[in-house]
Parts: sequence; C-alpha cells; structure tokens
Amino acid sequence: MHHTIEVNDLRFKYPDGHPALRGVTLSIAPGEKVALVGPNGAGKSTLMLHLNGILQAEAGEVQVCGLPIRKDTLGKVRAAVGLVFQDPDDQLFSPTVFEDVAFGPLHMGLLEAEVRERVAEALAAVGMGDYVQRVSHHLSVGEKKRIAIATVLSMNPEILVLDEPSAGLDPRARRGLIGLLRDLPQTMLVSTHDIRMVVELLPRTVVMDQGRIVADGPTPELLNDEELLAAHGLEA
Amino acid sequence: MLHIDLADQYRRGSSLLHRLDPRIKILGALLFILVATLLPPGEWLALALLFVTTLLVALQSSLGVGFALRRSFVALPFALAAITLPFTVPGQPLAHFGSLTLTVEGSVRFLSILIKSWVSVQIAILLTATTAFPDLLWGLRALRIPRPLVSIVSFMYRYMFVLADEALRLLRARAARSGTGEGKSGGSLAWRGRVAGGMVGNLTLRAFERSERIYDAMVARGFQGEIKTLTPPQLTDLDRNVAVGWVTSLALIAFIAFIF
Repeated sequence: MHHTIEVNDLRFKYPDGHPALRGVTLSIAPGEKVALVGPNGAGKSTLMLHLNGILQAEAGEVQVCGLPIRKDTLGKVRAAVGLVFQDPDDQLFSPTVFEDVAFGPLHMGLLEAEVRERVAEALAAVGMGDYVQRVSHHLSVGEKKRIAIATVLSMNPEILVLDEPSAGLDPRARRGLIGLLRDLPQTMLVSTHDIRMVVELLPRTVVMDQGRIVADGPTPELLNDEELLAAHGLEA
Repeated sequence: MLHIDLADQYRRGSSLLHRLDPRIKILGALLFILVATLLPPGEWLALALLFVTTLLVALQSSLGVGFALRRSFVALPFALAAITLPFTVPGQPLAHFGSLTLTVEGSVRFLSILIKSWVSVQIAILLTATTAFPDLLWGLRALRIPRPLVSIVSFMYRYMFVLADEALRLLRARAARSGTGEGKSGGSLAWRGRVAGGMVGNLTLRAFERSERIYDAMVARGFQGEIKTLTPPQLTDLDRNVAVGWVTSLALIAFIAFIF
C-alpha cells in the first residue's frame, strides 16, 4: 500500500470556470517511474498540484501512499509526496539556500544535527554542495531548479512529482538531473516535454490532452505510435 | 495559471449606470458624499432618503439591491474611529459604564457618522462596479485631477494583483513542504516567525524586481509617463438629464435636512 498514487475520476475547474481536469484516472505502483506528457494546457500541472493537496478535487478522489487526501491528512501527504514545481520561484521562499533546504526537515520536527546532515546530503545529490550560504534569489534558473529539487529531497519523500524538471537546464545540468533521477529509489511522476529524457529514464508514459488521459502504456510502444503523437502535439 | 482571483470590482453590463459618462458618475458620487458629509447630525429623515437613493441607484445598475449593501460593511472598521464620540461629547447622559458616560448627543453623532459612511461607501462601490477601471482613470484625468496622482492610482491598482500573486506563490511553496513526521512538527514559534519574516522580505524583493522588469518592458514600448487611451466620448443627452436629476434630488434632500 505504500509509495502508490491512486487517482480516481478526478475533476477540477479553476475559479474562472476553466475546466482543467475532466475525469482523470491513474494508478502508479511503488517504485514506478512514469512520464506525463502532453501539450501545454493539457492539465499536467493541475494534476500534479492535486497530488500533495495544493488543489482540492472538485469530484473524484486522490490517494497517495494509501492516504486519501483530506484536510487532516495533508501533513502526512506533504511529507510523503515531494512536489517540485515548474517554476523554481514557486518553490524557494527563504533567504538562503540552507534555510530553504532545511525548512522541510525542520518543519517535520527533526533535530538540528539530523537536519544539517539531510541538507548536506540533499545538496550533494544535486551537485550544489558549495551553495549552502548563497542567497537563493540571485541564482540562475538552472541553479534554482536544482536547489528546488534539493529542498524536496531533504524531506526524504516516498514519492517524487516533478513538473518539467529539465526545462531551462543547460546540457550539463540536464545530464546531472537525468543521472540523479536514475539513481533515486522513489516512485516518480515526471511531467516533461523532453522526450529524449523520457526514453532514457522513464519506462512508462501517460499522455494527457484537454484534461483527460488519452494514452497510458510502455514508453517505447507509445512513442512509436506516430498517429497518437501527431494527434496530441507530440514529437518523438 | 494559478492566480489570486481578487475579483475585479467592475461588473460588465448595459444598465443606465453603465452607459453614463464616467465624468458624470464621478462628480455625481462626489456630490453625494459631500451632501452626506455636510448633513447635520441626527437628520434621520435626510439620511433615510439618502439610503433610499442608494437603493434606487443600485436598482438602476442592474447589479441587484444587495450588491453594494453586502460589500459596504468593509467600511465599518473605519467608521469605528468615531467610537469615542458617544463618550466624549457632553450632553444628556444615556448610560454609565464605570467612569465613562454615554451621552445622547454623542450617540446621535456617532450613529449619523456610521450611516453617512455606510451610504457613501455604497455609492462608491456602485461607481467602481459600473465603471471600468481605465474609464475611471480617464474620467479623473478629464476632470483635471493631476497626472501624477492618477498615474499612482493606476499603477497601484494594477500591481496589487501582481503582489497578491507573488504572495500566494510563496504561501503555496511553504504549504507544499509543510509535512508532518514522527516527532513534534511545525517548529517553534520563533522559527516560524523567522520563516514568515524571511518570506515578507522575499516578497518585497520580488515585488521590487518585478516592478523594475515591468517598467523596462513599458519603456521598451515607448512609455513616457502616461498611458494613452482612445478618444473620449462626448456627453450625451442621457448624461445631461441624469446629471440634472441627480443634482436636483440631492439639493432636495439637503433642503429637507436644513428646513426640518
């Protein structure tokens, strides 16, 4: 029952009336690494924001690690699901890198010694060990993205949900990211336009378009279906 | 994508009020507020007539009678600045609270102020709800309000939403990492205070830098200090008729107040 994501007929409409999710059903088993692809506006980010309770479902249900997402389970859900936003500015809010990466474990009530250890580990994992005292505000987009991942890794989540992690990264940073994601044991859902990364890293692909899932299967199979790709604005 | 839905005050429509020239509406609202302010305290009939007037205006705006009523309670805290009046104005005592004495005259004044501010806010709400913000700004400029003042209002309004958006993002970022573990979670009050302080600083920085970027974008498109709008319309017969009717009604109410 652990490390799973269960989404059942999820529906969601934004306050301005725009229907973003029109009945999404998805099931991810422990340890699976899944790609979420689709054109802009398909609802990928919206779906991801439901996975740690930032958005509340209008209809349908979301369960992570066996926990239905409700007001009283939000704390546990957020400790279990590490969501890395598309825009690092949506993730970083502390004056220094150290404080940002330390926020998660500190909030969870860990002792100082362990927090320091976790921060060091998380920053080392993303290759930003030297940036501990830097002001996160002044870093480049690529650096911020890696720090953003570190802020989530320090919480040791069971599930990682990443929204377009490789967008805006230079080739070296992108290579580092792929290596990092390959080595991490967590269950993973990665939304991306980077099809080459999908082929290299993520054995299962889910295609979304207009608020629904239109395809769900092994990556090689889906990416060889030219009709499917063309119909949903994708290129292999 | 995920924005604060600070609903724009303006409600699209084609009622009588929507069709009036912004200048007439602004002056009409100001005149109403002036009359309301100048009424002597305790003129209950005149105040009631003013209230009826706001209801009639609300009806004419096709926004419903309750629209302005519901939103007007935001004025209440400001009117409470006059809360000391019942206790400080000398006169016939009404009640005693320890060493404080409530007087009739003071209470009358306080209630008058409360009602005056309440109806004035309703008229202001109806003004902003029936006049699109750019039209409102244009109306102010057309009435010779100084350019710097109007520019400040225009920028403040636009960037309120930008600032609110940034604040929402920061709050969401923190919420997303507020997990609970085995131990006692949430951190100490001091720590939480430090985090909040850091976020406020962050917000200030972001707002400042964002405003610089936006200004650069505007300058890159030729901005030189004033946002130009399309040519203004002429005053119509409707505008003139409504203006005359409005001034007459208010004069009548003022007359009633001063005579009776």
